Amino acid sequence: MHEMTVCLSLLKQAEEVARAHAARSVERIVVILGPLSGVEPLLLDGAFSIARKGTIAENADLVCEAGTIRVRCRACGSEGPGSLSSLACTACSSPDTTVTAGRELILKRLELGLPDEDTEAI
Amino acid sequence: MCETCGCGLKGHHHDHDHGHRHDGAKGEAIEIMQNILHENDHNAAHNREHFERHGVLAVNIMSSPGSGKTRLLEATIDALKGRYRIGVVEGDLETENDAARIRAKGVPAVQITTGTACHLDARLVHDALHDMNLDELDIVFIENVGNLVCPAAFDLGQHANVVLLSVTEGDDKPAKYPVMFHEADLVGITKTDFLDFIDDFSVEKATACIRNLATRADILQLSAKRPETLGPWVEWLEKRLAGVRGSERKTA
Repeated sequence: MHEMTVCLSLLKQAEEVARAHAARSVERIVVILGPLSGVEPLLLDGAFSIARKGTIAENADLVCEAGTIRVRCRACGSEGPGSLSSLACTACSSPDTTVTAGRELILKRLELGLPDEDTEAI
Repeated sequence: MCETCGCGLKGHHHDHDHGHRHDGAKGEAIEIMQNILHENDHNAAHNREHFERHGVLAVNIMSSPGSGKTRLLEATIDALKGRYRIGVVEGDLETENDAARIRAKGVPAVQITTGTACHLDARLVHDALHDMNLDELDIVFIENVGNLVCPAAFDLGQHANVVLLSVTEGDDKPAKYPVMFHEADLVGITKTDFLDFIDDFSVEKATACIRNLATRADILQLSAKRPETLGPWVEWLEKRLAGVRGSERKTA
């Protein structure tokens, strides 16, 4: 349920960027959620559908891109995929690895609706 | 659509239409690539600087409810008595009960009641630190809200994460809650005095589950009821405290 906190933080950032660009609306928010971020895309989406109301992102789409887990093996040096059920090295099976990707909790991109210049000039 | 057009560099305007939502209107795609919790991370960094300026080690203790966080803290206070000055930040949804238990040990404690929030964040800890004189402390323990999911996502400004796993919870818990246990710098297997009475918790299996999570976290077996088990935990804390004070001298 901390997804609501994450969502409010996300909306705050989106509003700041939108304001800085004098945007009329936020049309789309793209985030990257690594499996080790601890944030569930479905729950974030649910929180977003509630929290966006009354904000500049009221009609925005939220797009959650799933990050992938990568681990580097301290034993054999190879880098490969990992999963939430195993972060061991897929090459040599050593559990002595470090996670090189998969913890992302990132606002990747915003798509803003801008005021129409012709009407703004009036 | 903007998603596929490949533009979208910051400050780069492109005037093609967003036909999907608002025909003819102008739009702009902006690459941000910023941590969603950057404000919390900023506050956490501020807390960490604050701790380090005072040469204080900050330890974030996380676990499910009832695995013995407060009980371990009580025993730790006894074990460190006369050697190190302790402060405790207590996080719970409601009540001052845990802070009262800590204060009964003669140690300053600030209770954060989060209401319905399932985790502490850096701002809550920051506010609590206003009620704590770090000049008079060596180690601050932050007892997070009992929850094996949400607290893992929020940096508080701590120097180390301690995750507790009591033997009554099941030895496969690290596999069920990988994000939390992956974040641990130390896993404390608690209530080990119960191992005499239960036969379905394998310390070896719990250790294997933890090691499967790409962590070099220290794993200690602890019983708050058996002070003789706390020696390695105290040594670990002392080593961490020395680390904080060493790095502080280097940056001073």
